[in-house]
Amino acid sequence: MTFINYASREINCKIVYYGPGLGGKTTNLQYIYDSTAAQAKGKLISLATETDRTLFFDFLPLDLGTVRGFKTRFHLYTVPGQVFYDASRKLILKGVDGMVFVADSQRERMDANVESLFNLESNLKQHGYDLMKVPYVLQLNKRDLPNIVSSSELSGELRRKGEPVFEAVANRGVGVFDTLKAVAKQVLLELRKNSGG
Amino acid sequence: MSTPVVMYEQEYEQLKGAITRLCADANAKFVFLVDRSGQQIASHGEMINLDTTSLASLTAGNVAATDGLAHLIGERGFPVLSHEGERDNIHISIIAARVILVVIFDGRSSLGLVRLRVKRATAEMNAIFHSIDTKIERERDLGISLDSPFAEITEEDIDALFN
Repeated sequence: MTFINYASREINCKIVYYGPGLGGKTTNLQYIYDSTAAQAKGKLISLATETDRTLFFDFLPLDLGTVRGFKTRFHLYTVPGQVFYDASRKLILKGVDGMVFVADSQRERMDANVESLFNLESNLKQHGYDLMKVPYVLQLNKRDLPNIVSSSELSGELRRKGEPVFEAVANRGVGVFDTLKAVAKQVLLELRKNSGG
Repeated sequence: MSTPVVMYEQEYEQLKGAITRLCADANAKFVFLVDRSGQQIASHGEMINLDTTSLASLTAGNVAATDGLAHLIGERGFPVLSHEGERDNIHISIIAARVILVVIFDGRSSLGLVRLRVKRATAEMNAIFHSIDTKIERERDLGISLDSPFAEITEEDIDALFN
């Protein structure tokens, strides 16, 4: 939920990275963290298991700069991708302003992508959101691996509403900022729409 | 997408006043307000190097997880949470059904005193949040724009953020 503070002239928005387990959601945040200037980012928090699997969420506050005199800050979250963490995953969606779905391009993860996308739609609905109305970007990750599904096939299977689609290799940063920029843009344009602009 | 949460200058100052008084009355080290989705609203206290952004997000996660636990056992929620550490303690409570009040205190205070002072401050802050809601509703009914900085934002403004 966007928080507009007229007193401190700040706007905070919440973006959630969703998708199947081991798909690269945390890697997206890690790359953003590693490539952002120190003054523009806060601490990257990872609530993970001993084997570095996300247990509850990762969190990265990002200061993008000033729009019309208001400091614009994005709070990036990931959810745990593993199926059995659904109760925790649902909680992170509370107050979301924009979504990124990080799909795993490997052929054997196709079912996991589809299942996760259904899960996203269902969990959003339980919070009173409709995926069709939420700012949303689809990222096709792991494009450098050998056993991948073609982009067109993957988009055909996962695309829901003409959302922007980006190919990515998150561990090398390919497509990571394009994805973030696209979802941030939608969030801000949505704010404009809601302001009557 | 849900309606943005708005904080006006006047109410912000009132809230700042309320948490400043609470901090002093409860002999606390730090008091802050965060909304349920993890956005920090206001803070006051002596812990100057505290990472309040992280604290806000983890507090919201903590409250959300505890609410989830409550629902599993048929409770509506646990309105007060308390964490006791070796030196510092955290008292967490819910205000106006949607805002989280966090008080950090050490041996100079006590859980009893914090609970007592939080109770009094809660009534005061409930009234302030009620006043914000009333103001938003009134403006909405009258069709008055909230003077949003985004009403005239351009795509160039947005692109500039990423350069």
